[in-house]
Amino acid sequence: MLEQYIPIFILIALAVLIAVAFIILSYLLGPARPNKPKLGPYESGMDPIGQAKERYSVGFYIIAMEFIVFDLEVVFIYPWAVRYQEFGPGTLWAMVLFITILLLGLVYTLKKGSFKWDMLPGSPAK
Amino acid sequence: MESVNELLTISPIVIIGFAGLFVMMLDAFTGNARWSFYASLFFCLAALAGAVQNVLGPTGTSFYSLVYYGGTASFGAVLVLTGTLFSLCLSKDYLEQTGNHIAEVYSLVLFAAFGMLLLVQANHMIVLFLGIESMSIALYALAGLLRDQKKSVEAALKYFLLGAFSTGFLLYGIALLYGSTGSLALPEIAEASDKGVMYWAGVGLLFTGFFFKVSAVPFHMWTPDVYQGSPTTVTAFMATASKSAAFVAFILVLSRALPDTSQQWQEVLWIFAVFTMVIGNLLALVQENIKRMLAYSSIAHAGYIMVGLAATSGAAYSAVLYYLFAYTLMNVGAFGVVAYYECHKNCDFTEIKNYAGLGFKKPIMGILMSVFLFSMVGIPPFAGFIGKYRVFAAAIDEGLISLVIIGVLASAISVYYYLSVLVYLYMKEDETGMVMKRPSTLYSLALIILALLTIYFGVHPGLLTDFLGSFYSVTW
Amino acid sequence: MELDWYLGLSAVLFSIGVIGVLTRRNAIVILMCAELMLNAVNLTLVSLSAQMGDIHGQILVFFSLSVAAAEAAVGLAIIIAIYRNHLSVDITKINLLRW
Repeated sequence: MLEQYIPIFILIALAVLIAVAFIILSYLLGPARPNKPKLGPYESGMDPIGQAKERYSVGFYIIAMEFIVFDLEVVFIYPWAVRYQEFGPGTLWAMVLFITILLLGLVYTLKKGSFKWDMLPGSPAK
Repeated sequence: MESVNELLTISPIVIIGFAGLFVMMLDAFTGNARWSFYASLFFCLAALAGAVQNVLGPTGTSFYSLVYYGGTASFGAVLVLTGTLFSLCLSKDYLEQTGNHIAEVYSLVLFAAFGMLLLVQANHMIVLFLGIESMSIALYALAGLLRDQKKSVEAALKYFLLGAFSTGFLLYGIALLYGSTGSLALPEIAEASDKGVMYWAGVGLLFTGFFFKVSAVPFHMWTPDVYQGSPTTVTAFMATASKSAAFVAFILVLSRALPDTSQQWQEVLWIFAVFTMVIGNLLALVQENIKRMLAYSSIAHAGYIMVGLAATSGAAYSAVLYYLFAYTLMNVGAFGVVAYYECHKNCDFTEIKNYAGLGFKKPIMGILMSVFLFSMVGIPPFAGFIGKYRVFAAAIDEGLISLVIIGVLASAISVYYYLSVLVYLYMKEDETGMVMKRPSTLYSLALIILALLTIYFGVHPGLLTDFLGSFYSVTW
Repeated sequence: MELDWYLGLSAVLFSIGVIGVLTRRNAIVILMCAELMLNAVNLTLVSLSAQMGDIHGQILVFFSLSVAAAEAAVGLAIIIAIYRNHLSVDITKINLLRW
């Protein structure tokens, strides 16, 4: 039972080994001459403003919520597509109905303006 | 033709599902809440007609025996749609007057009703699970409808967290029953012979899930908060339709999936019925907010209904269906009167003490409230009395005498808190001197019909009780 | 037997979820724990289904996954509304309604 996992364990061990080896080697061999711009988060970019734990626009959450729902409906479509030959053409209409209902949901969110980024409540926070 | 006949067996589900989508689109393209209201009223009536036709027709299963139609299931659909229809009638005025008339209400109510209809017709655990979840998810959103009011959002959060929690138990129960019996179809679960630890763990978890949905003590925590925080007409919808749906599904599960172990789970229901009746009634005594009071009273009613479930006979199940019908009528009515008073903004009419002297100001509303409250107490000649009487009588026939004694004592407590509302309405002096508005024709018509039905089915229960009894007269 | 290990694992995950819901104070963490409960049950269903060679358990898993997604969407929306009203998602601070 467990034997069939041996290649995976070997792979994990190798990956860890190589990663650790590179870190140690670069620590031992590489020259370390730190200065201020080098230690910054973006070495040749702009200086970061404020904390990373900033509050994000609520618009992201709305998109995320819609994504979760629409994304998961694939679990119904995918098995159906795989077995379509056996199910026969009648099931096509069932799937059309299903996708139409999903589409109506999309039309609803579109009409309610959840994709108008500049109109989102709370987005111009500053 | 075959498939059309199959569709007719679930006509209420199809109509309400279509109506939900239609009203949602109507809202998206016009944004006119009035149109949504009239459309949902129309579809609701159509679905009710379909459900009544199914009740009168034969019983059976359709769609690869995923759904069950006729008899108990279709009567459950009638119960749900009655509750939906009347709370819809009350919603428009209430939401307009309180300045919250948003069109989403109607599509959410219809989606919730869709879930309830699936739930009452379920003959398969997948359908049952889907029904219970589409009902609950729509209700979470409805509870938080007034999203800028702290109470409403808090109610939604509590409902959601506890609901999601109970969903886990319900699903685990279904999974373990599946593991021990090898099937998800209700009749096939009954046929399985192996009843080991897994079976009993599954039954226990399934019961826990149902107890949450019907708000049996000690799983009732969410009920008063949600009923108080939600808009009143939505509360009426939740309290009646969702509870009826959950109880009808509970009956179907008990009678179709678990009939041969009734000896064992009967005792569980016995204990929970006692707790639910006693604690529900005792906590209702100390409430000062009428919506919370009605919430605890609905918990107590759930307790009486569980007495009927514990009796596990055909007579008891038909008595429970009758009780649910009476409960739907009187509860929508009582919440409707409360919603009418709440339309007056200058005073908080959810506090019982503010009801002083209102009975004489709007005599008809006072009389209606009295009818609904007397019916809830269980005083003849109202429908609530017949319901309670038949449930208790069926329990006595099955030898649950001590349970019935506890039930009668508990309902004697309830007289106090129901009548104290009437004392405020009629025996206290009004000090505010405010002028009451006239309710709209549809609003008062809906309330008057509810009151007349409450009285009619209290005076002439025979027709309905015989009919409900016929569901269980043959082998079922 | 192999099945017992899967059932045991999902029972443990389910219990972690239950304990999380009962003890944590952050509404989002509670939501995650409730989702954990559902996923633990999915594991039970899939392993039972594979053991018995019956497809229905796996179909129920599909439905429960999409239900969990819908529930998470509504739940997150409610939590956003709570945050806007209370400026906190700590459920011990949200206590207007009691008794």
